[in-house]
Parts: sequence; C-alpha cells; structure tokens
Amino acid sequence: MKPPRFAYHDPTTRDEALALLAIYADDAKLLAGGQSLVPLLNMRLTQPAHLIDLNRVADLTYIRAVDGGLAIGALTRHRVAEHSALVRPCCPLLAAALPFIGHPPIRSRGTIGGSLAHADPAAELPAVLLALGGHVRVTSQHGSRILPAHELFLDQLQTALTSDELLTEVWFPNAPPRSGVAFVEVSRRHGDYALVGVAAQLTLQHDNAIAAAQLALLGVDATPVRPSEAEALLLGEQPTEALFKMVAEQVSAGLNPMTDLHASSDYRRQVAAVLVKRALQAAVQHALQGERDD
Amino acid sequence: MTETRLPEQEKRQISLSVNGVIRTAEVETRWLLSDFLRHTLQLTGTHVGCEHGVCGACTIIFNDAPIRACLMLAVQADGSEILTVEGLASPDGKLHPVQQALHDHHGLQCGFCTPGFLMTIYALLQDHPASEMSEEELRAALAGNLCRCTGYQGIVAAVRQLLDQARSTHAQPSPVVEEGQI
Repeated sequence: MKPPRFAYHDPTTRDEALALLAIYADDAKLLAGGQSLVPLLNMRLTQPAHLIDLNRVADLTYIRAVDGGLAIGALTRHRVAEHSALVRPCCPLLAAALPFIGHPPIRSRGTIGGSLAHADPAAELPAVLLALGGHVRVTSQHGSRILPAHELFLDQLQTALTSDELLTEVWFPNAPPRSGVAFVEVSRRHGDYALVGVAAQLTLQHDNAIAAAQLALLGVDATPVRPSEAEALLLGEQPTEALFKMVAEQVSAGLNPMTDLHASSDYRRQVAAVLVKRALQAAVQHALQGERDD
Repeated sequence: MTETRLPEQEKRQISLSVNGVIRTAEVETRWLLSDFLRHTLQLTGTHVGCEHGVCGACTIIFNDAPIRACLMLAVQADGSEILTVEGLASPDGKLHPVQQALHDHHGLQCGFCTPGFLMTIYALLQDHPASEMSEEELRAALAGNLCRCTGYQGIVAAVRQLLDQARSTHAQPSPVVEEGQI
C-alpha cells in the first residue's frame, strides 16, 4: 500500500513538462491532483518508471470568460471552480456537477483537467463536457490541437490524447438565455462513484417549447453517453411529464450498461430512466425559475 | 528469476510549516505525506486507514484546505503550510472547540477516525461559517469520513452545536478566500 519507486520530475513550465513527456511518453504518468493516480500508485495497480508532477507548472490554473464560454486551466482545482464567481452564472451545469465529485478534501486537490484526462466512466465532468459540447485543448512539442468532447473519450480510462500530449485547457460553452440545468446521480453514499448519473441542460423558446436539449449519462457505458436521438424527440415540444417519460424510456432502451459488484445492468438501465426524467423535470423547473428571478 | 530493475531511489530536501513550526527534512520522492508526518515528524495523530482516499482518517489542512494526506506525496508539500490534529489544542492543553464539542457529545468511541473527523469539521466551519445547513447537507459534508463505532449521531450533534455557536457569534458570513482569487 505504498507507491513503488519511480523517477520524480517536477517541471515548472509547460515547455519543460512537454519535453519530459516527449522523452518518457508511455513510461511516464502525469500527476495532476492525484486523487485517482495516487490510489492507483498506492495499490500498485500502476507502476510508472517516471512520474511527471504538474503541480509546479504555474500557468495551468485559471478560469477565464472567452469565446462565449469558460476556458479553465487544466490544473484548476475542483474547489477553486466550486468557489469561482464565474462558473455558476456562465456554466450552471458545471456548477451543479462539481459538488458531486468525491468529498471536499478530494475537491481541494482534484483538478478539472485531471478528471477529464483520467476519463473514468462514472466521473461527473466528462458527462458535463459531453452534454454541453465543450472541448479540450491538448498540447505537445509539435503544437496544440482542439479535441471536442465527442472525440475525446474513447473507452474506459482511455482518451484520444497521444502519449506525448498534455491536456492544458478545458472550454465549456456558456448556458444560453432561458436555459435550465440539472445534475442528478444515484450512488451508494454521497461522494461515492455514481452508479448512474445524468447531466441535462434544456433551453426554452418564448412559448416554453424546448429549443435545445443537451443530455449525457455517466456510469452506463465505458464512456459517457450522449443520447442524441432522444434529445431530438424533445425539440419543439412543450415540456410535459408524458414527453419526459417517453424520452426517458427511449434513452434507457438504448443503453447497455455493465454489470458489476455494485449494480446489475438491468438495475442501471432502470435507474437511468428514472434519472433522465428527473433531470429533465428539474432542468425545466430551473429554466422557469431563472425567468422569474430575472 | 529475473531481477526487476527499479529506478534509483531519489531523495529530496523539503521544508514546510507544520502546526506553525518550520520543518526541514529529507524525503524519498515516493513517500506519502501521511507517512512523512507519522514516521519522519513523529506526528502520529494523523491516522492511516485505507490509504486510498476513502476512509478520511488522514485528513489534514493543507494551505487552508482539507486534503487526504495519503493522496499526496511528501515531496509535493515543499513550501506548504500544514495543520494536523496536533495543532488544534492550545499549548496549555485546552481543547479546540471542535475537540470539545466531540467530547461533549460523545462523538468518538475507539478514536481511530477522530483526527480525520476533527480536521474535516475544522475545514467545514472555516468554509461555511455561520451557514444554515440542513441535516442532509451536514451529513453529506461528513460523508467522506468513516466511523465504525459511534453510528455518527454524536458527531452530527457536535457539528450541529458548533454551527449554531458560529451563527450566534458571526453577524455575517465571510467570503471564502481562494488561492489566486479566481
């Protein structure tokens, strides 16, 4: 239950970090918040020859309003985002999801970029990024590129990043006017990994018909799932309980969740239907509530 | 049998403030912060339960925020400020209000989880001074710490009393100051 030996590197600039990554590539692990990696090291489930600690790289922590959204430095701690004055007004779905990540001590260290690069299928932030159609910026010595959320998550704990690339920034689009959000999940205890979770953002037209529907589920597959066909059923419709029930059943029918120690596939599918309906109802409530508050 | 070739064990010197005292020591880069506190500094009040971030027994305050000492490397704590359970009570032995409240409400039994709970509750009061908290919110705030003896009732009662006290002494909640004020 102690980390194995590794060569420890603590670069202070991006260039230094990228140079180390270029040299050691697959033999190295990047250490950001460490809230997933250090347990894996402690249990010796991973034994990297090199550990590249990013925590001394200064310019990876920031939250800025840019391009109609929020650009968040990859090393920004969950706790900092949670207390940020920008996150709630610009990206309420992110604000709603953050308190579900682990416990306060986990959020003190855990980072926004780390959660995404780790790509745990039961994690909250990958689902939020996918639902909102956000993207990440990844950088190597050869330059940087943008990866949209739907191209980022390939499989359980696997992303489209190559071994010499560093995830440097995450971009979440601002919520449009007349939108509402909800983040719901079922877990054994608060702060545990979710068995199933749903992130939802609904935007309403002036007659309250649904103008845009953005949904993603976590814990139901190897990657977060965006049910595009079910989203399309919501467009132009008035938000009613009957509609949400129908859409929830449609989403659930399209899932093939895994069975593990914690829950069976059937149970997860059933919970997904309940949570989709609940999330849609809560998102509409939130949108209408926002109107009254304005 | 082939011998596995391991990288040379690397050591670094670190210097940090622990409970207000500057400590300088040589650490192996693979040491966990929890082990450094316990074995090198002999501050064995920080307990080690699961060593993978689940039980909360090793919770300490790191640069004003609660963290799991088992999920950080000691080398990463260079230059930081740490508060452990040993830093709560006054030098004359007078218990910190959080300790006193747990004592008063029978919020501990075997005591193994207690240092972690104390630091979690300390951070909770620091982050949410004088806030109204529902029973559900309060229990969620403590959910990252496991206790196998008390059934939590005494712990919850102690925190409830501390929150009530804080409310009556604070006129206004003060804003949380974050690193870099983002």
